[in-house]
Amino acid sequence: MDFGFSDEQELLREQIAKVLADESPLLEVRRVIEGPTAYSLDLWKRLAEMGVTGLLVPETFGGAGLGWVDLVVVLEETGRSLLPSPLLSHNLVVAALCEIGSEAQRQKWLPRLAEGSAIGAVALLEADDDMSTTGVGLAGLARGDDWVLEGEKHFVSDVEAADLFIVSFRGGSGAEEVGLALVEGEGRGVSVKGIPRLDRTKPAGTLELDGVVLSSSEILSAPSAGFGPIARLGDLGALAVSAETIGVMEAILALTAQYAKERVQFGSPIGRFQGVKHPLAELHLDIECLKSLVYYAAWALDASPAEVPASVAKAKAWAAEAVTRAGITGIQLHGAVGYTEEYDIQLYLKRSKWARPAFGDEVHHYDRVAEMGGL
Amino acid sequence: MDFDLGIEDESFRREVQEFIAANLLPEDQRGPDFLRTWYDKLSEKRWIGFHWPVEVGGGGGSVIQQFILKEEMSKAEAPELGSDFMGLAWVGPAIIEYGSPAQKEEFLPDLLACRSAWCTGYSEPDSGSDLASISCSAVLEGDEYVINGSKIWTTAAHYARHIFLLVRTDRGEGKRYGGASVLLVPMDSPGIEVRPIPNLVGLHSFNQVFFDEVRVPVERRLGKEGEGWRVVMGALANERSGISESTEKERHLEKLKALARRSNRNGEPALADAGLRRELARYETLISAMRLNGLRALSQQLRGGAASTETTINKLLRGQLEIPMWDLAMGLLGNQAASDGEWQRGSLSFHGTVIGGGSPNIQRNIIGERVLGLPKDRSSGSGR
Repeated sequence: MDFGFSDEQELLREQIAKVLADESPLLEVRRVIEGPTAYSLDLWKRLAEMGVTGLLVPETFGGAGLGWVDLVVVLEETGRSLLPSPLLSHNLVVAALCEIGSEAQRQKWLPRLAEGSAIGAVALLEADDDMSTTGVGLAGLARGDDWVLEGEKHFVSDVEAADLFIVSFRGGSGAEEVGLALVEGEGRGVSVKGIPRLDRTKPAGTLELDGVVLSSSEILSAPSAGFGPIARLGDLGALAVSAETIGVMEAILALTAQYAKERVQFGSPIGRFQGVKHPLAELHLDIECLKSLVYYAAWALDASPAEVPASVAKAKAWAAEAVTRAGITGIQLHGAVGYTEEYDIQLYLKRSKWARPAFGDEVHHYDRVAEMGGL
Repeated sequence: MDFDLGIEDESFRREVQEFIAANLLPEDQRGPDFLRTWYDKLSEKRWIGFHWPVEVGGGGGSVIQQFILKEEMSKAEAPELGSDFMGLAWVGPAIIEYGSPAQKEEFLPDLLACRSAWCTGYSEPDSGSDLASISCSAVLEGDEYVINGSKIWTTAAHYARHIFLLVRTDRGEGKRYGGASVLLVPMDSPGIEVRPIPNLVGLHSFNQVFFDEVRVPVERRLGKEGEGWRVVMGALANERSGISESTEKERHLEKLKALARRSNRNGEPALADAGLRRELARYETLISAMRLNGLRALSQQLRGGAASTETTINKLLRGQLEIPMWDLAMGLLGNQAASDGEWQRGSLSFHGTVIGGGSPNIQRNIIGERVLGLPKDRSSGSGR
């Protein structure tokens, strides 16, 4: 038993942290999110060279052949630096293709995704923001061997950056007759629309499918396979967001603790006062608990499949609850300057508003924990 | 990252499970000799003092095996691993680290054979959370210390044979931490008086202990003079650890779920309320985190690191679980909450375990100052 990272994983963390510190400090983040692509193409290429875009891709397809624990290491750092990048969405597409893609689909897409020349994103939600099977309404009509997809996906992260979408659709009248399709954008009836965001480091928008014709080779999971693969993709997303959340919360703690050491009021650094010190101690506790839950769930994804749903639900429930609290604590302890555009803490508050609902908030995941716990 | 136990540790787990199946009688079948027999059998296995080194008669169990032993015993709701919890958990380890050969010979065999009974004298009426301010004094006269003062909240003092006593041996300026020493004092020494303090449910578990010109030979001092604070900090870290706590909380949660299942609200089953289900799920999540926090600390030890602040974290987490979990039970009981019963008594009594060994606010100070590097509270800074 060893509840820690390997030397290789520590090295990976160092490398990614250094690149992000050098090439994507918060000043650069602020510049990039005002730009047209909302992410840096140069940095994307740099990450691809480092193997991060193909982290989960088997070596035979040009990837690094690593696992979820390794990806968690990377995501902690991208979260900490608020990196504006489709990397999280991209890795979910990679993971799904690795897990359930046909040989032909893997051959077609994994090398391109690994080298970063194609970017992936997932489109699971619709206007009613329902993560369950009832939330999949986008119509899929069987026409011979083909499927015709018609409808809209909402809250699609990195919708404008992606070249390949995994789209959930309804393929029949049965409650569980839902599938996953591989949809190339744009053209052929596929159009995307960005939606103005408060957290510009996490761009998102709408994906419209207008009579998009897909051959059976573009179906990742047929409706006959039911909701399982979609739920699985949801779990992968929930864990990835939870991992980024660790970095986000650690950054909030670091920024706020630093401020509490420097800001003098009543003749003393405010960090001496228990009204400031204790919420920061609570934040540290929240982070340590989140790390334990996320690392365990990541290990389960790599090594103990039966434990994945419960351990991911616990991790994301806690991530959602704790990051919400952290965002508020960070601003409140900064006082008025926390409310300014200038101070970085506000960027993290905005991120907390994104991270809470992404792939299910605490209500969604505590409900799952309750159900799996026999309630 | 690997949570699988190796083959050796898995077989140790089976060994513990088999031992429990063979020796732990159901409660209604336990005679008056049960505990003595249980302890003797544990001694044979060297599972009493399992975490102690083999050289001093301990079991020399690896940290993983200690974890497995505690977890299995806790799951089976077995009695403590030894009759003298405080003695085994921190007095013994402190003697092993700081004791003279004579002290080791005098105390360690009795501890391992469950013939000892230790209590711990830290808090005083005017020194609780501010432990460094203690005033109970020991003055060296010839080759004897003369002890005067009082200790309070001393659990088990009314039947203990010895007290692990933190005293002030130097009142000099700037000696707030440096002026303390630990003495190992027989409780039958002339001049010691024990007065019971009933707790809020009327049970007698802790006491006030008075020392009036109590004389002990200088050989009773543990470690060097002025080293007491270091000895106690090590002991407190042992007290704050306790990986088996998460299995205890798991059982607590199961009971709470059972209570929720049979409770009604306005004529409806209480569990029809999604908020209640989520609250229980939240506790389950945090109990998982508590167990995993413990495993992470254990891993750090295995990798050769010192026991970290994760023990403090779990101590704080425990408070954050205990308080609302008992409160939820009281809510479910409705007007029964003010009646007498097991849940009701528990909801009053648990405060002892949350406050004992350092209140939650003290844990927050420790995390804030030692982990986050925030400035020390003015009144608690060393050198004042």
